Parts: sequence; C-alpha cells; structure tokens
Amino acid sequence: MQAKKRYLISLLTGAFLVLLFYFGGGGDPGPAATGFRSRHDRSRNGYNRPEQPWPHFSDPLQHFSPWDQSDTEEYNVHISPRQKSDVNSSVYKGKRCRMQSCFDFSLCQRNGFKVYVYPQQKGEKISESYQNILSTIEGSRFYTSDPSHACLFILSLDTLDRDQLSPQYVHNLKTKVQSLPLWNNGRNHLIFNLYSGTWPDYTEDLGFDIGQAMLAKASISTENFRPNFDVSIPLFSKDHPRTGGDRGFLKYNTIPPFRKYMLVFKGKRYLTGIGSDTRNALYHVHNAEDVVLLTTCKHGKDWQKHKDARCDKDNAEYDKYDYREMLHNSTFCLVPRGRRLGSFRYLEALQAACVPVMLSNGWELPFSEVIDWNTAAVIGDERLLLQIPSTVRSIHQDKILALRQQTQFLWEAYFSSVEKIVLTTLEIIQDRVLQQMSRSTMMWNSHPGGLFTLPLYSSYLGDFPFFYAELGIKPNPKFTAVIHAVTPLVSQSQPILKLLASVAKSQYCSQIIVLWNCDKSLPAKHRWPATSVPIIVIEGENKVLKGRLALNTTFPSDAFISLNRNAVLKTTRVDFAFTVWQSFPERIVGYPARSHFWDNNKERWGYTSKWTNDYSMVLTGAAIYHRYYHFLYTHFLPNSLKSMVDQLANCEDILMNFLVSAVTKLPPIKVTQKKQYKETMMGQSSRASRWADPDHFAQRQTCMNKFASWFGGMPLVHSQMRLDPVLFKDQVSILRKKYREIERL
Amino acid sequence: MCASGKYSSRGPALIPRMKTKHRIYYITLFSVVLLGLIATGMFQFWPHSIESSAEWSLDRRSVHDAPLVRIPVSSPIPERGDLSCRMHTCFDVYRCGYNPKNKIKVYIYPLQRFVDDVGVPISSTGLSREYNDLLSAISDSDFYTDDVSRACLFIPSIDVLNQNSLRIRETAQALAMLPRWDKGMNHLLFNMLPGGPPDYNTALDVPRDRALLAGGGFSTWTYRQGYDVSIPVYSPLSAEVDLPERQPGPRRYFILSSQTAIHREYRVELERLKEENGEAVLLLDKCTNLSQGLASIRKRCYKGQVYDYPQILQESSFCVVLRGARLGQATLSDVLQAGCVPVIMADSYILPFSEVLDWKRASVVIPEEKLPEMYTILKSIPHRQVEEMQRQARWFWEAYFSSMKAIGMTTLQIINDRIYPYAARTYEEWNNPPIVKWSSVNSPLFLPLIPPRSPGFTAVVLTYDRIESLFRVITEISKVPSLAKLLVVWNNQNKSPPEELLWPKVAVPLKVVRTKENKLSNRFFPFDEIETEAVLAIDDDIIMLTSDELQFGYEVWREFPDRLVGYPGRLHLWDHEMGKWKYESEWTNEVSMVLTGAAFYHKYFNYLYTYKMPGDIKNWVDAHMNCEDIAMNFLVANITGKAPIKVTPRKKFKCPECTAIDGLSLDQTHMVERSECINKFASVFGTMPLKVVEHRADPVLYKDDFPEKLKSFPNIGSL
Repeated sequence: MQAKKRYLISLLTGAFLVLLFYFGGGGDPGPAATGFRSRHDRSRNGYNRPEQPWPHFSDPLQHFSPWDQSDTEEYNVHISPRQKSDVNSSVYKGKRCRMQSCFDFSLCQRNGFKVYVYPQQKGEKISESYQNILSTIEGSRFYTSDPSHACLFILSLDTLDRDQLSPQYVHNLKTKVQSLPLWNNGRNHLIFNLYSGTWPDYTEDLGFDIGQAMLAKASISTENFRPNFDVSIPLFSKDHPRTGGDRGFLKYNTIPPFRKYMLVFKGKRYLTGIGSDTRNALYHVHNAEDVVLLTTCKHGKDWQKHKDARCDKDNAEYDKYDYREMLHNSTFCLVPRGRRLGSFRYLEALQAACVPVMLSNGWELPFSEVIDWNTAAVIGDERLLLQIPSTVRSIHQDKILALRQQTQFLWEAYFSSVEKIVLTTLEIIQDRVLQQMSRSTMMWNSHPGGLFTLPLYSSYLGDFPFFYAELGIKPNPKFTAVIHAVTPLVSQSQPILKLLASVAKSQYCSQIIVLWNCDKSLPAKHRWPATSVPIIVIEGENKVLKGRLALNTTFPSDAFISLNRNAVLKTTRVDFAFTVWQSFPERIVGYPARSHFWDNNKERWGYTSKWTNDYSMVLTGAAIYHRYYHFLYTHFLPNSLKSMVDQLANCEDILMNFLVSAVTKLPPIKVTQKKQYKETMMGQSSRASRWADPDHFAQRQTCMNKFASWFGGMPLVHSQMRLDPVLFKDQVSILRKKYREIERL
Repeated sequence: MCASGKYSSRGPALIPRMKTKHRIYYITLFSVVLLGLIATGMFQFWPHSIESSAEWSLDRRSVHDAPLVRIPVSSPIPERGDLSCRMHTCFDVYRCGYNPKNKIKVYIYPLQRFVDDVGVPISSTGLSREYNDLLSAISDSDFYTDDVSRACLFIPSIDVLNQNSLRIRETAQALAMLPRWDKGMNHLLFNMLPGGPPDYNTALDVPRDRALLAGGGFSTWTYRQGYDVSIPVYSPLSAEVDLPERQPGPRRYFILSSQTAIHREYRVELERLKEENGEAVLLLDKCTNLSQGLASIRKRCYKGQVYDYPQILQESSFCVVLRGARLGQATLSDVLQAGCVPVIMADSYILPFSEVLDWKRASVVIPEEKLPEMYTILKSIPHRQVEEMQRQARWFWEAYFSSMKAIGMTTLQIINDRIYPYAARTYEEWNNPPIVKWSSVNSPLFLPLIPPRSPGFTAVVLTYDRIESLFRVITEISKVPSLAKLLVVWNNQNKSPPEELLWPKVAVPLKVVRTKENKLSNRFFPFDEIETEAVLAIDDDIIMLTSDELQFGYEVWREFPDRLVGYPGRLHLWDHEMGKWKYESEWTNEVSMVLTGAAFYHKYFNYLYTYKMPGDIKNWVDAHMNCEDIAMNFLVANITGKAPIKVTPRKKFKCPECTAIDGLSLDQTHMVERSECINKFASVFGTMPLKVVEHRADPVLYKDDFPEKLKSFPNIGSL
C-alpha cells in the first residue's frame, strides 16, 4: 500500500470519526438536560435508521383540543338531548338493541322489578328444562301474576330448543308469539334459549322474529351478543337439578396443587364442517402422559363415510380412558367448541374443580357481564392451540390454587341448579334496571356471590358482613340490642328490666330497641330503667316472633344482638360474645345450640335439642348477627316460608340459621353458656306450656324439612367446638381473668 | 462520554487490519482521539444553559423535518370500521406469539407529514402535544420495539386525537398508505374527540378497516366490546394545575355543576334543583365578563361571583358530568382529580376503561331523564360509601387519567391482558388504591371449605437428638385416630437416626427425613412426603397432649383450615415505655399467636414459609435458632388477616418455650430475644399483622355437667 493512500485513509477515517462524533454523540440531547435517561442510548442513532423510537421534537406543539372547545358544544346546543335519545331509540333496533333503545324502564318504576310469566296454554308441550325455568321464576320473589305490574315478561312457549331437527322443536312459534296480546313486539320480554340453528351451519337465529326481546341464550357468540342487553347463559342438560344442586367436588386444597394429569379432554371429533378444526388438531398436543386429549370419530350413523387416517388409532386410544376419572384427576380441562360454541363440558369441568381451558373463539362466556372469568378459567385461543400446553404449564401454582377455588365458588353461586342460573339471569337484568343501586363487580365475584348480596340493602361493600377483609376495614365496634317484649311491665323485678340494665352496661352497646308486641299499651317513660344508651321502643303490629327479625336497617351499628325478654344475660357474657362476633362477623354467634341429623328410618331431617357433642344451629333467643341478615331474612326468603313461621309462631330461629349457613356455608358459633340456660331460656314461666308442648317440637321437625326442601338441600353445617374465654376454668387466680362472671356456672 | 465510548469501540476493529503501520497514522489517530476527548470534556463541563442551547442548535429535529408524503387523489380509502370485529376475527394473534414475559410488542411508525395532491396537509394542527406525549411514553415503555417485524401492535404517527382538525378522506388514505397497514390489522388508533357537527358520531369517522380504536366517546352502539378500548378525554388542565389530594369526607357543597356548555333543557333542570336545595347545590357557568382564552378556562361564575376552576371542584362531594355534543367529557378527568365523585349523566356512554375499572365504586351513573331526581338519589348513598368513592375517584385519576402516558399505558395493558388473559392484571390490581392494597387481605385459601376428616393429618416432628423423648412423642401421637403419617425431620447432621428396629411400632407410615443443615426452618419445609393438607407441627418434647386434645385440635383445624390452630397461646403487646413491641407468655386473657411446638396448619403455609417469606426473616430465624413460630404466626396472619385459634385449656408444658436446642428456657434473655423477633418481623412486614382475640376453642361439652363417657373428647385439660 502506498503511503499516500494510507495517509488518505487515515485522514478520511479521522474525518469520519469526527463527523460521527458530531452527528452521533453531539447530536444527542444530553441526558441531564432533558431528564430522559432511559431513552439515551436508543435515540442516539435516531437519524441513521428509519426504525427510530419517538424523537423529541423541539417545536412548540398545539394542544389536541383548543381551549375554547366549548364553542363547538355551544354550536350544537340547539339539538335537544331528548330528541337525540329519541332518535337513538328509534334507530337502534333488532341486532343493535340496547336497554336504552329496546327496553321500557318505566314499566319497572312503579312496582319494582317484577316478572310475569304467561299462563300456559293447553296442548302446548313444554320441555322439562323449560318447565323448571318457569317454576323457578314463579317461585321467586320477583314473580307477579299481574301483567300490569310486570317489568319483565317470560313466554310460556318453550323456546329452549330451536334446532329444527330436534324432537323438542316447537313449530309455528312465529304466529304463536305474534298472537300474544302482551307481546308488544317483544319489548321487555326475555327469551330463554339453549340450542339454535342446525346442521350444517348452526346459525344463532331462533327461527322466529324476537322483535325487541332480550335473549338469555347459551352458546352465544360475541358477534351476535348485544352487550348489556342479552344474557349469555351456560348450556345445561335436562338432568340439571331444579333447586339446590350438587356441591362442587373440591374437598380440600392439596399442595402442590397439581393433579395426575395436567390437561385432559375426551370428546367427539367431527372431521368436517363447522367447529371441527380445533378438535381435529388436538392430537398434535396429546402426549399420552400428562396431556391427554382424546377424540373419537364415532358419532352419528354414517361416521365411517368421513373417516380419516387417524380415526382408528384415535378411537382405540379414546376407549382406554374413563371420562370421569380424567375429569377428577386433572388440573386443567380443555373445553373446545363443538358444533356450537358452548358445551356441557364447561359446567362439568367447573363442578369438578378442573380449571377450564377455553378453546372456543368468539363465545361470550356465561354471565360475562358480571363474572370475571379470568379468575376461574384459562381463556385460550383456538389459533394458538399448539401453545396451550406451555401456557398452562407456565401458570404458577398459587394461581392454580386460586383458579380452582374460584371454579367452586362460581359453580355453587351461579350454576349448580336451574334455579341459580335463572335467578342470576334475572338479577343481572335487575342490576341494569336499578343502575346506580346495582352490584359492583366485587359483589359478583367474591363469596357469597351476587344472589346473596342484595343491592337494595346497600350499594356499599362495607355494609355487608363479607367484604371487611378485602376492603381492609373492620365492623363497627358497637352493637344494637333488640329486645322482644310480649308481657306488660308490672314490677321492677321483671326479667326484661334486668336484661335491659345488663345489656345497657356493656361497653359495646350503642342503643337498645325494644319491640313491644304486647296487648297492653306502652308503659310510661319513668317505668323504664335509666340507662346510658338510648332505648327506642317500637310497637310491633304482629304479635308474632317474626317482628323481631323484620326490622329495617336504619341503625348505625353492624351487629344486632337479638334477645328474648326472658334471657338471663350478664354484661360480661354479652361483652364476650360480641368480641367473638367481631372475629366472625359473617356468622351467628349465640349461646344455646341445637343440632340436626338425618333420620334414616323416617328418611327425613330430624331436629334435636339434646345436649350433643356438636351443633348446627344457635337459638336466636340470645344471639348476635350482622344486621344484613335481618334484611336478607325479610327480602330474600319467600313469603311461603315467612308466613309459615308467622302462623306457627315457631321456627324463626331455625330459618335464620338455615339462611346464614346457606350464605356462609359454615356453622354458627356457640360461646360459653350457663348450664341452667336451657331451663331459664326455654322453660320460662309464661311460655312454659308452649316449649313443653310436644307439638311445638314436632313443628320444628316439620319446619326443618320444609326449609330444607326450599333451599334445595340441607345448608346447616355441624361444629364440634365452642368458644370460651382464653382462661376459662383454668387453674389460675380468678383475679387474672377478664370474664370472671362466665366462670361461675 | 458517549462519543469517546464509540471511538474506542471502533479503534480495535480498525488497527489489526493495518498490516504496515506508519507513524503518521498513529499521530492522526491519536490526535483525533485527543480531539474527541477534549470535545467530550468540554461538553461535560460546559454550563448547562449553554449546553442545552448548543444542543438545540445541533438537534434540528422538528416536525417540519419529517419526510413529506404526497397522497395521490386516487389513493385507496380503507373500509369503514367493521362493527363485528373482535379479537379473534380482526386481530392477528400470531404476530404476538408466545412470549415468556407475556408482553406485547408495540411499534410506532416514524413521523411523516402527509399532504394531499396539491400540498395541503391532512390535518390542520399536525402532531399535537398530547399525541406526541403519548407516543414518547409508549416508546419509552417496555412495550416498545423498533423492530417492525417483531411487533404485535402498530401505532401510526398520524394524530387523530381530535377529529375536528382532520380531513377525513385524506387521513383515511394516509392510514392505508402505511407500509404495514394490511387492512388495519393490529393497528391501534387513539381518538379522544370523535364525530363532528351536526350529529357528532360517537366514534371516529375516519374509515379505518380493521384497526382497533382507543376512543374517548364511545356509545354502546359504536363500541366493539372486547375489541375497542374506551379511553378518557384527556384534560390539559391536569398538567397545569396541581390539586393536592384531599382527605375523603363531607365537603362544603353537596352537588356541583361546573360545565359551561350545558344544554338549555338540562340547565333549567339543574336550576330547579338549585332552587329546591339551596346552598347544597352550586351551579357554575362561564364568566361572561372575562376575555376568552386560557384565563377564562380557569374561572367559573355564579351570579357574578368568580370561582377558581378546577380548585372549586374540591369543595364538593359530588360533581355533575353531563354529556355535551359528545358523550366523553374532559370534565370527568378534572372531577376525578379533585377527588369529587362524578355523577355521570350520559346515556349509552361507555365509561373510560370500563373493561377493567369498576366504576360503581367510583361514580354514580344516572340516566339523563332522572336528572331531576339526582339529589334524592345521591342523598341515599351511605356516607362511608361516598368517602370510598372519593378516594377511588382520585385513585382512578392518578393511575389512569393523569397524563397521556397513563392513558396510553392503560390502553396497552388492557390489550395486553386480552392477548395473555391468563397473565392478566386482576380486578384488585386494577381497582384497589394502594392504601386498600396495603391494608386488605385476599386469603389464598378463600373458599369456605370444611375438609373431610378422612385424609387425616401428617405429624411433622422436628428432632435433634432427644431420642427417648422423641419416641415417647411418637408413641403418644400414634394414638390419635386421624393421624395419617408421621414425618420425623432429623435435624442432626452429625448423628444418624436410630436404626429402624429401634423405633416405636406405629400403625401409620413413619418416615425420617435427614436435613443438610441444622436449621429451624426445616420443620416448615413443604416435604413431598406430606400428602395431607393438614400438618401437625410438634416438638420432640411435647408429650403432655392427650390423644383427645390432639384429635380435637384436628377437628377445630378442619373448621378453620386457613388458620393456625395450636395449643399454647402467646401475645404481643405494645410497650409504651420502650416504644416497641413486647412478647408475653404470662397467663393472659388474650391470644395473638400459637406456638408451633404443637400446632395444626395447612400445608400451603409450609410452602409460603419456605418460598415467600418476606425479607430476610428466614435467615434471621436460622441464624438466631429461634422465633420460627413467631415468623409463622406473622406470615399466616398477614396473608389471611385472621387470628390463630388456641385450643383447649392451658396446660403445664414442661418447657413450652423450648425450641430444638436444650438450655434455652423461660429465662429473661429468651423473652428479650422473642420480643426482638416481634419487632424485627413487624419492621420487615411494615406492619403488625397479628390479630388479638379473647377466645379459645373447647369441645362443646367441655366442663359441662354431663356424663364424661358421652363426651366425644372427655380427656381435655388434664394435667
């Protein structure tokens, strides 16, 4: 190489480097000056490559909306908002129906959310499933037999199965519906449907004009789903129980949470036609070890016609495994679409605590309006089938534990019976009608769920006994004593006065309410003992025990202590029970306990007041519970049960225990009680005859069985423990003990 | 700095290529290096003001430098947005791919200036400050990629935030000219002010094929649920005005209306409300006597009285946000910033980020026709709820409304959550403000479940070398009906466990696990051998518990599977004199801990203790050979928010405070050390999670005057 050339090269190199320096390094806005350190490295090369991160522009840029933007608003002010909403409701019909345009809210204003069911016409065949839906509605608190009170209308024509090839298919639905006098083009009507369309394209059309009616439909696709108007319901079989329903299969939370299989599926493969692609591809992912995805080509009569090369092998593999066994022993269950988007498998997996892995693109998941499915299922994408194994394997075990428990919560809260599915549908629509008084997402997605969390009581989470921990708050540290009086005040030595005095002395007592259910008029003010807390006397209309529970909820404290007038309670006893309640605000805390058992001979539930080693109820003659349960008692339970309790003047405490255990799925809590309590509480002079009466006891047996049938099962749960003060009966000086009174039994 | 860095990286690459090295070359090279260094040094030490001016002179980056693109008249126009688009139909998920981080990659097109055939720009404002901020924020974020081939989502640099400043047809053509447009697939457009006079559509009118729209004024008819993202209308006041957070609580006014362009019909109704409720309602409007411009934006008037806006919003509990010509209103952002609960009256409006935010906890939505009933409706809301809403409103603003960055990041996160739903942020993460996240608990064992008795429990006995005592413990425990398995954790590395023959004969399987180190934490290891969910942790010297007591403990645990259920109880107390926590083992009326020398708990807590113990607590325990039980109590109470359950009366434990080491006893130093543990753990947890209770669990018939032989657990409390 010649020297000249070398000089030239080196000079050029130098010049190039200098240039680089200026353009590259020098052109960089100093990090200290701009404060965007992280961008430093990337923005340096900004000018050299087209793929630049967003540069910093030195220009003064305008705001996206001018400050006096309101002028354009002014310009538009001549269009009346009323007109605008009228235009909307006239334009958006049919497929674009929304509550605003296709639902008449005014029907719900006068009488609240009431549902009318058309009378069933003679000769009209109704499937068992639809019959279950109708009788659920008729038995619910929403039901009205008067169409002029109704806000929502339900057809008595069976619309569940709209597959023309199905034997359940109802013909001429179009004319039948049109001839209904109240049809009103479907306005405020709700139509239940499980199957629509048929082979080969399985459209979601119901085969008749639904007008402006809402759909509660299974397997609905996001394209056809009208948000906040339709309700997506799960596909359920005709054997799905009407009420109650089986509990979830999860009995315990094993750690680590993995089961024998990671991911399983067992089902038909359609080979051709709509929805067949995903199932045809499943064998790619099957590994016969922990990912077991089995298909069979056998279905229908002429399956052999479409048979492909894999069929024989697949069919053989298919027969080796038992579906139930796989369902119960797998961490995840694949739920691919069938011909339609939804399948029975979804609910089966949910109940079996096998976390569903959805492969059903475009399926609007059941009750998606309120349920956050990400907490209970893995929503996969059919297009990414091959990634599914690595996806589920990447899910952390803490998450699996949570997903699995949530499947059980959702199953029991919304899916285990036809009744729950129907009531959830109605409650979702009621929430839309109530608007600002509706449930928040949290109420729907955490225990005990939307059906037990009535927004009419309060829309504030902290007013319920269930959300203290999630909100990081505590219940109000005071209670309201509710004393039930039935006999007139004659002497100062009456038990009720003693009771008043000892309850009022409790440091936690904020007020006392006396329910005066007595023939005699109220005693004069001076006859009441002087107490430091206010005493409010409410005169009851009913001379029945119910009055105690049917209170409204305008009281500030969260806890009610409900007391019989003859209850003998010392202040410390009340204090202790209340401190216990503060740890268990969602349960009933009481003193005397009772138990239930299954009577094998009589094949019914039995009630016992014997002293046993366990209990499942505490008597509400002296018990503490959250005021929400008052509300629930009055507004959730059907009139049939409440009036039964009224007429018998008995069982109201049993009903309360049923209700609370149905909500919590847990037993009540019994605290230390005085041995002779039984006698003083129950054998009180005035009612001695009643409690000694064998009829009274028989009534309670009957009540139990009536209640159990309404709840669709036995919600009561046994407990074997009682809570005592920490030093109860311990061999230590009595002076050290806080609750000394309780010692003296 | 960077210049010299670059230089030296070039150097070594160049030199080896030069085979014959001439001195002159080195001199040149050296001088260049020197020059470079000097220049860098000058930049380093130059006063900042001059530096930045120098920088601007060097950085000619201006929007005007962006390449000019001429749109031919005949250039294709995309189709109007397809209302049936959903993620599974109009979005190419393959572009996002499998990704261990579960994060989408977002590409931003470089800025171009689009002009039509005759050179007129397609937008009257060009790039707005807000859109520039948004794109900067995205390019700074983890979502950003400059590699167009790896991108899952594409963001055009064409600013369509405000439709008013756009030429619709030409903007659409410009979009279609983007190199990766491909029918708008995986493209995301941000628009805050959609529609235009006279009918003000609720979505951007620019035809956009399949592009996703992050829109600020969707109605239920234009919003494609699960596809589009509803975003707020950014309020530029956010950047201008600093409103410090106010404590939630009652404010001077109950209802405030501060919007200026309210329709006549609605203003009449608001005025009627004002008449009926007087001082509680404040009804503001534009000040007529002020000149236009920025100043007038910051003022509101009522009957000649002037109020500062948005400060006045902080004086009210509820603030009205009424629809205007558009459904989305920037006022919503101001109202939230002020911690005022928005009363939203805009029928069919899709609230911002409603896919993830629970607006019922932060706002009141009232149908427009119910405006006259507003006062009654709001009065029926409990005070505590109003306070929660005020706090929630402010939190929404801070997290999701406060800047273009917040809006952009939230939008991308929502799309990210759809693509990786199994890794999506939870409801709690989206909706709980930090203070609630901090104080609330979400128990990992949240399902109310009373497990069946049958699987029984696994007893885990930690032992070192007290063989005689250990064998007695084993013999005693083996009498408990529900015992399923015995696991002996042999913590002595110097000595082998006794031969198999020497062990007591028990009916259940007995396993010995030898540990590698003598650590206390070993007792809480989630051994595979533990197959039941119930674990009984027991020391090798706890021989005084009767079979009834242990069985009863297990029954209680079944009723409280998410708690520690133990025998000796302990308490923590606040020592006012010393100003710190104190450990108490005396006969107290309260309990906040149970000793794990004998306690039932769920195996999950073993896993938690071993892998999720915060800070250095585990090491501290192992180093001090103490307090593993206190640590366990902290851990469980912290994650469940619940107190432990002490079962059965107090017994005379031979050495209740004994850990595995002999010689430690109830002496003073021991207590001091335990107190230290509590203080240490409380500081690591950042809070005192322990809960104090005054109860213990006894069998239902305990001490009742009842024939002993009929009691399930007669042998309780005997000494």
